Amino acid sequence: MTWVLANLGLIWARTLDHVVLSLPPIVLCFVVAVPLGWLARRYRLSRGIILTGAGLLYAVPSLPLIFVLPAVIGTSLLSPVNVIIALTLYGIALMVRVVSDGLDSVDADVRQSASAMGYSTWSRFWQVELPLAGPVLLAGMRVVAVSTVSLVTVGAVIGVQSLGSLFTDGFQRGIQAEIIAGLVATVGLALLFDGALVLAGRVLMPWTRRITAAKPSAPVEVSAA
Amino acid sequence: MFTITRGRLALVSAVAVGAVVALAGCASGDPLDEGNSSADSETLVVGSQDYYSNEIIAEIYAQALENGGFTVDRQFRIGQREAYLPEIESGSIDVFPEYSGSLLQALEADAAGGSPDEVYTALEAALPDGLTVLDQADAADQNSWTVTQAFADTYGLTDIASLTEVTEPITVGGNSELETRPYGPTALKEKYGIEIAGFTPVEDSGGPLTVKALVDNKIQLANIYTADPNIESNNLVALDDPDNLFFPDNVVPLVSDKVDASAAEILNAVSAALDTDTLVALNAQSVNDQAAADTIATEWLTAEGLI
Amino acid sequence: MNLFASAIDWILDPANYVGLNAIPLRIGQHLVFSLVTVLIASAIAIPLGYLIGHTGRGRGLAVTTSGGLRAIPTLGLLTLVALWVGIGVVAPYVALTVLAIPPILAGAYTGFEAIDRRTVDAARAVGMSELQIVRKVEVPLGLPLLIGGLRSATLQVIATATLAAYVADLGLGRYLFSGLKTRDYAEMLGGSILVILLALALEGIFALIQRFVVPRGVSGRLDTAPTLRTGSPTAAR
Repeated sequence: MTWVLANLGLIWARTLDHVVLSLPPIVLCFVVAVPLGWLARRYRLSRGIILTGAGLLYAVPSLPLIFVLPAVIGTSLLSPVNVIIALTLYGIALMVRVVSDGLDSVDADVRQSASAMGYSTWSRFWQVELPLAGPVLLAGMRVVAVSTVSLVTVGAVIGVQSLGSLFTDGFQRGIQAEIIAGLVATVGLALLFDGALVLAGRVLMPWTRRITAAKPSAPVEVSAA
Repeated sequence: MFTITRGRLALVSAVAVGAVVALAGCASGDPLDEGNSSADSETLVVGSQDYYSNEIIAEIYAQALENGGFTVDRQFRIGQREAYLPEIESGSIDVFPEYSGSLLQALEADAAGGSPDEVYTALEAALPDGLTVLDQADAADQNSWTVTQAFADTYGLTDIASLTEVTEPITVGGNSELETRPYGPTALKEKYGIEIAGFTPVEDSGGPLTVKALVDNKIQLANIYTADPNIESNNLVALDDPDNLFFPDNVVPLVSDKVDASAAEILNAVSAALDTDTLVALNAQSVNDQAAADTIATEWLTAEGLI
Repeated sequence: MNLFASAIDWILDPANYVGLNAIPLRIGQHLVFSLVTVLIASAIAIPLGYLIGHTGRGRGLAVTTSGGLRAIPTLGLLTLVALWVGIGVVAPYVALTVLAIPPILAGAYTGFEAIDRRTVDAARAVGMSELQIVRKVEVPLGLPLLIGGLRSATLQVIATATLAAYVADLGLGRYLFSGLKTRDYAEMLGGSILVILLALALEGIFALIQRFVVPRGVSGRLDTAPTLRTGSPTAAR
């Protein structure tokens, strides 16, 4: 506890670093995954290509990916950009399938009714299908948020500063309180993001409060390092 | 996932509120001055290795420079030498606490060793254009081959060569880069005929886990830096190195062209005051008292009358 | 792209196939370590998951705990446990078992939950005991989702086992760390590529297994069961 109290400034600075590294992937992957997921659902050919690609990408371990990326995109090994891109790719890999499944879960009758009422394909997507797929998307984004926050720490082993730096530094100096502080702060940040998403879901999708989901939510998993 | 939101949300909200309150509390505290990474020409970028002791020295440099009116951008903890050297060579870092012998060996794999002064002279010649070293400090933080007192007593070990007397298998521990260093396990075998049974990586730069492994006899020989306070507090023996297998590693500021005469003067004054006992004491404050690098630096600079 | 060429050269270099640091040896260590970790995690998570799935109790708690476990960064747990127990394989085993539990647990209980209640009721009606229901109905029918959970856990462990080299002389992560620390990009990239290939190979094997564990008589299930489609990220990984 003494260490924590004496180093609140350090913990805060690393927390900010952590937010800077974890927010862009969470936002970016959603922006990219929605059109890709739509494309995956729309055509049989694109479905196979996109979902298989996403599945393979998803199987790629993150630490090696952070090592490989600089060779592919020409960034410096120590650049935080590698971490952001790697985590964005994971987010996309997971969300593409979630978006596609979410859109699938929209009742065909509802789609046809919307068309019958005069919705164009474009406005039907934005005003009917996407909102109805919302709960599934939200569930996916919650997993993305939690795992992204957790995965950012891995960057510390190559020198990209985050709450993970508290692990490597505490390890070198033998300060358990520092590692525990890093663990608590990371989990806290993950829950904070998760809570923010849940709140956003309640605000954006007020109707979901009435739904008592009939189907058990299946587990959604993310590769961890 | 939506059937269980009520109870869970209450939990999540409670945590979220708690976290926000905690973070707000921190914000009013003393956030580290992270500097501005949009470095203008007046800003000196100070870097450090991903090693707590090096960070303390970097912090000392940074605070001394700030006291002298310079704006400092701290780029600390950017890995080991192999990772950050390209950054320095590319000119994106202006001041970096280095160790003379290790830096020389990184620049010239076949460099000859010698006394601290000889190494310093060789280092000056080996540096690429645009980089110079300022005065070196008396403080040295060298690599060493370290064993426990009990192990040394058992086999009558004094210097590195005497490791040939050891009859049990020797497992070596240290950072993974040690395996390929010029003084690593291979050198022990080739130079002294010492049989090494295995190498165990412990990525803590000779820190607590390496020491624990040594004390627990999981490894028998470890690479621990001579300024590590753990050597004394755990009753370890750094074996003598009469053949200069390890180069002298005096602390020396590696600087770019952007470091002008007045900045150099400030850093030279720091080096003049820094000897090995001081460095061990500073490290001990970090490891034993768990003090933060900036606190340690401020206290020492103040005590020395440097700020 | 030169870097990739040198990485491939590194992988093919015969010198990397002898001694204590030989590629096949490291791959073997990586696989054995991952397998044992998944077995330990299964021994904890499967009975617990079946209990939750069969009784329908404790699900909320399981979800919350799994969510919490999933948020724990493995690097933090690994370094903390390592400070307690010292160098060696214990810390990686502990840290990675914690990582592997949530997906297996979820696979076990969702596997039971996904079964049509009428099927279970029918089993009860023909006089099966609760134990028989679990053994003869719920376990076989829940197998596809459990395998999905195991697949997910295995891939996470394979991926994260690279971190074990931070505190132990173990696995393919050794190449990543020593390559990083000595600026040997060929070794670093080569090691990374090996881990990626290993993960992809296991992904393929699990995809095959998942096709074959579907019990006879319900072979259409994989394509039609709503949970398998909407919850696909597990099945898809």
